[in-house]
Amino acid sequence: MTGEERGPDVEAYAGLGDWTPDSLAVPGVVRAVVSAPDPVLSRAADEVDPTAEETIRLAADLVATMKVSPGCVGLAAPQVGVGARVFAVDVTGHPKAVTVHGTFVLCNARVVEATRWKPGREGCMSVPDLTGDVKRASRLVVEGDLPGSGEPVRLVTDGFEARALQHEIDHCAGLLFLDRVAGAHAIYQRKVYL
Amino acid sequence: MNELAITVIGRDRPGIVADVAEVLARLGANLTDSTMTRLRGHFAMTLICTGPATAEVETALASLAAEGQLLATVRAVTPDGDVPPTGEPYVMAVHGSDRMGIVAAMTRVLVDAGGNVTDLSTRLTGELYVVLAEVELPAGVADTLVGRLHRTAAELGVEVTLRPADPDLL
Repeated sequence: MTGEERGPDVEAYAGLGDWTPDSLAVPGVVRAVVSAPDPVLSRAADEVDPTAEETIRLAADLVATMKVSPGCVGLAAPQVGVGARVFAVDVTGHPKAVTVHGTFVLCNARVVEATRWKPGREGCMSVPDLTGDVKRASRLVVEGDLPGSGEPVRLVTDGFEARALQHEIDHCAGLLFLDRVAGAHAIYQRKVYL
Repeated sequence: MNELAITVIGRDRPGIVADVAEVLARLGANLTDSTMTRLRGHFAMTLICTGPATAEVETALASLAAEGQLLATVRAVTPDGDVPPTGEPYVMAVHGSDRMGIVAAMTRVLVDAGGNVTDLSTRLTGELYVVLAEVELPAGVADTLVGRLHRTAAELGVEVTLRPADPDLL
């Protein structure tokens, strides 16, 4: 069922509720992050069963890998080499974040409303040497399923969390920020400061 | 492996990129970093290639240049010339009435603050002159630099903004 068919039936969706990574009840394992041009990053990932054991383990692994990666605010399954529509996000404490839902994982997520597009410069763990100027919606409504319970959720967010969600949903569709850069002169060599 | 710095410039027409890239590919020259852009009706390409010898590329591009109005230069460069970053990335935007010396004066202010310009483009449309520069600045100099840039811009009668270009890692 697509978002359009489903319609904006707000009542049918709870927010994250009391979901936390602990709800997964399995310890996450840190996985290796793959870099472009790995083909897994350019393939549309498969829908998952959010209640399946392997999905729950993947969700825990994504959280664990995100947490040990400095500055990382989101990680999608294709970035750890798995073609599954699952990603973790956590923008807690980021200076550009407004609405913050804490650490969460979504399965089969899709954008249902995107407005107030704003440019910003993005980098990605899977494209470590480049950054690019990308327009993203700063008001966003996303629907998806929670790993574990499989409950459908509808998240309304903005600002930096909205940008992070769009970046991760793109990963699940086989798209990198490189596919969305504003123009021929909108990619830059990334500088790493030690 | 030879590393070559190649420039090609000529009256813009459809097909310049394809023609030049085809010549290079046929010689086994691998195009690495490049910028190619139209500047007031001229198409300008600046490329770094790896592979063949300088003379080979010169000869091949000369045959292309003979057909049209293209000017090509080729020279060998030392590979791996990556310069370590000197600081944090900023974007400087300057705009105002065209006059002599805007780029010279504004970039001198950046250099004197320890800045390193990594990318710069200028456009003149009618009376309006626009400069956009990517610059790496040593930590902590931005605030005082803004004041200096404004003073120099005021002397030139142009506007300047300096903003951080910090990317967000996602």
